[in-house]
Order: sequence, then C-alpha cells, then structure tokens
Amino acid sequence: MYPLNRGENKVVRIYMDHGATTRPDPEVVNAMLPFYDELFGNASSLHTFGQEAARALASSRKTVADFLRAEPEEIIFTSGGTESDNLALKGIAYLKKNKGKHIITSVIEHPAILNTCKYLGDMGYRITYVPVNNQGLIDPADVEDAITDDTILISIIHANNEIGTIQPIKEISAIAHMHGVLVHTDAVQSVGKMPVNVDDLGVDMLSISAHKIYGPKGVGALYLRKGTRLQGLSQGGSHEMGKRAGTENIPGIVGLSKAVELAKQRVEGDTKYLVNLRDTMIRKILDSIPESYLNGHPTKRLCNNVHVRFSYVEGESLLMMLNMKGVAVSTGSACSSKSLEPSHVLAALGIIPEKIHGNLRITLGHENTIDEVDYVVENLVDIVKKLRAMSPIAPKD
Amino acid sequence: MYSEKVMDHFSNPRNVGEIEDADGVGEVGNPVCGDMMTIHIKVDDGKLADIKFKTFGCGAAIATSSMITEMAMGMTIEEALEITRDSVADALDGLPPVKLHCSNLAADGLHAAIEDYLSKKEAGN
Repeated sequence: MYPLNRGENKVVRIYMDHGATTRPDPEVVNAMLPFYDELFGNASSLHTFGQEAARALASSRKTVADFLRAEPEEIIFTSGGTESDNLALKGIAYLKKNKGKHIITSVIEHPAILNTCKYLGDMGYRITYVPVNNQGLIDPADVEDAITDDTILISIIHANNEIGTIQPIKEISAIAHMHGVLVHTDAVQSVGKMPVNVDDLGVDMLSISAHKIYGPKGVGALYLRKGTRLQGLSQGGSHEMGKRAGTENIPGIVGLSKAVELAKQRVEGDTKYLVNLRDTMIRKILDSIPESYLNGHPTKRLCNNVHVRFSYVEGESLLMMLNMKGVAVSTGSACSSKSLEPSHVLAALGIIPEKIHGNLRITLGHENTIDEVDYVVENLVDIVKKLRAMSPIAPKD
Repeated sequence: MYSEKVMDHFSNPRNVGEIEDADGVGEVGNPVCGDMMTIHIKVDDGKLADIKFKTFGCGAAIATSSMITEMAMGMTIEEALEITRDSVADALDGLPPVKLHCSNLAADGLHAAIEDYLSKKEAGN
C-alpha cells in the first residue's frame, strides 16, 4: 500500500493536471469571500461601498505589478489568459493597421494566440509562424529573419502549455526592439513556476491567468508597457484605463492578487521541489517502460512538466486507465480532441504520425508527493503493458 | 462522457488476442490516424465459433471492438454481416458523436474478416 494519507476508505484521487488548472489555495478563497459578501461595492461608485472595492482593486493592481516588476498603471485586469492574449494581439493589430499588417508568432502557441492570429490572417493581416526544433525550442535568428518593414508585433509563448519548453524571450525581445517591433508573451504557464518579470524578459506585453497559480478561474491580467498604445476590444465605460470596459471582477481580482502574493513567496521553494519530483518521475518512467520517450527539452522545461510518449498505445486509453486508478493527467492524442487531430505542438516537433498518439502530459503541483509519483509510475507500467498486449502494432514478446 | 457499458468493455475487454489458424482475418484503420484493429475469426458450420481482436486506439475503439466480438459470437455469417456501426453503438448505450467512427471501424473489421474467410473459401473450392 502507498502511504498516500488519504484515509482508509477514501478513494485515491491524485491530481497531476496542473497545466489545466489548479486547486485554489484556501488563503485565496478566504481573501475572496468578503468581496462576495459585505464588500460587494462597484469600484466606480463614489460612496463608501464603492471606495472599499476601489481600494481592493488598487492594492491588487499594485501587488500584481510588483510581482511582475511593473507599475500599477501597466496592469489591465481581464477575464483570463485568453482575453489577455486577444487584447494584446488584436489591440495592437487594430491600432497599427496603417503602420503595418505583419505579425510574427510560432507554430507551438496556445490556441488563444494561434486562433487569434488565424482570425487576424482572415482579416487581411500577414502572419509568420516561426518553427521549433525537435525539442520545441525557437531559434531567435528565425524570428529576426521573419521581421520585415511592416512587422508590428511578435508574440511568442514563454513556456509551452503542452511540453513545457521555455523560450528565449529575452533574446527575442532584444532583437525585436532593435527593429522597433513590439513583443508580447503568453506567460500563463510560466508564472509561479519560475521567476517571471517584465524587466528581465524585456517584453512590452505579457499575459497571465489566476487559475493556473492556485487562484480562481475567470480572471487574469495583461501587462502593457507604459507608453504602448492599444485599442480596447469592447466599448463601454472607462474601466482599466479605458482599455477594458466592464465592471471589474473584484472578488476574482483579489483572488489573483492573493495567488500572486503566494506565488512570490513560494516560487523558489516550489521550483526546487518540483524539478526534483519531475526529474525523478521522468527517470522512473523512462527506466521502467521500454520504448518510452520524453517530449520537449530535458532542462529548458517547466519545473512541473513531464511529457512522455509510449509507442504502440494511444493517449486517451492511457488517460482513462489512469483515471480508473484515481490519477488525473491529460493527453494531446488525436482521439482525445474534438477535431480528431493530434496536437499541433507534437506535430511541430517532427514526431512521426504513428508515434504521436501515445502521449501523456503530467503536470505536477506542490501538493504532489514522491509517494504519489511512485503510485502513478507503477500503475503506468501495468497500463502500458496491458494496452500493448491488446495492440496489433506492438511487437510480440 | 462514456456510458457504463463502454467503460465496462474498455476496462475488461472480451476476446482479446489472435487466432493462429484463423479462417478469416480483417485489418482496418491505420496507426497514423490513431486507431487500428485486427479481427480473427474461426468459422464452424457457417457460424462464428471464435472471434479475437486486437486494437490500437482510444477507449471507444477498444470498447466497440470488444462489444462486436461479443455480439457476433455464435452468429451465422449472414447474421454477422448484418451488424452495423449503429447496432454496435446502440449495444454500448451510445457513443459520443465524435467517437461514432470507432464503431464504424469495428463493423468494418468484422466484415473484412468475414470477406477474407469467404474469399479463401471460394478460392479453396
């Protein structure tokens, strides 16, 4: 038996899908609750109720700004990563359409960027998708080569949401600025899992989301460097410096602020703990399952990301069998997607089509333990064996 | 997302394997697309005396393969040829719309095995 400390009769529930979402920290929930109750005011109101909300908004903005080493007026609160990405890309594209209509991004962006670029492409913008190598890394030289006279924006994901590869954003920013081009990065996955600040990265815009860092769903922020103009996407009141109309989600914003505060305290310890857990898990999987492979870069990867593939089996089956053992993970297999297309990220790595389907994304969190890792690996060994025994393409013993 | 019956057949698949001296073999799908199935049949007196499958694919692909072997076992060739993708899906209490092609694969696999048997029989006569 595993000392999982989950009680005698309790069902095993091991959550290793922190790339999808995280369990809100109790401190976050507690910080939010009063704003669903007696502190319910509208931050635009002049009376006491409104001013209580306005104070919470201002102090949250300062906390988030400090965390990113930005100024409070550089933080725009949004409904999450997707809205932040949309606001950054469309907001710049619409405003600068007379200056240029060329945007550079990569082949391994999150759909929030990829589909926004596709949309802008349909609107008459020109989009260049820079490639990655077989470990998922972008070469800054490819970005530089793609820059033309009408390039207005470069948007590259900081750490990929599937394989966790961390991109050289600092170098890309430096190149972009030499050419007078703005840079945006989607840092939804990297925040809280490594030090992230706008000074180091040198970006003009950066997207974050609360629910990936033990905060609530439905809230995020866009950092917008002072002096950078951007066209808001919805018309309404003058909230968020006129960049994002709509009454502010104060409980959510307070939750984001608390999550960021905790992330700041924990990031160093968490990263150290998770790198060890991650590397132990990768080693145990690769050692105990024949024909298993790590996807992505061995070291330039998120501290909590284990992305592996197994020949001759399919990812959704792996996921479902692990789920029956109480373990939650995810997969980028074709069968698991509504489109029945395998992950564009794995395809971009050049993995051959018949080997692309048997992949699992295991994303760890600070509440996971080494005992849980052992439990998952041991079950995974059995599951892969069982599925291979059933697979017509597996070599016979 | 999946019915209890799908989960039952997925977690305890029936008739997994191959038949060494099979009378007919069907192979459908393609590992490139993420699902592939082989069905081996043994025919005795015009009836399916034994059926075995192997499947590379998702939960629905495995469950539909398992279900079709159970449905067709003991049937005459003619009866087995009447099994359609819909009857397999119905027997599993339905499949999510995006997974209906998996039941197609199972029905195609069984039919391919029977056709292989029939063409071998014809060649033998």
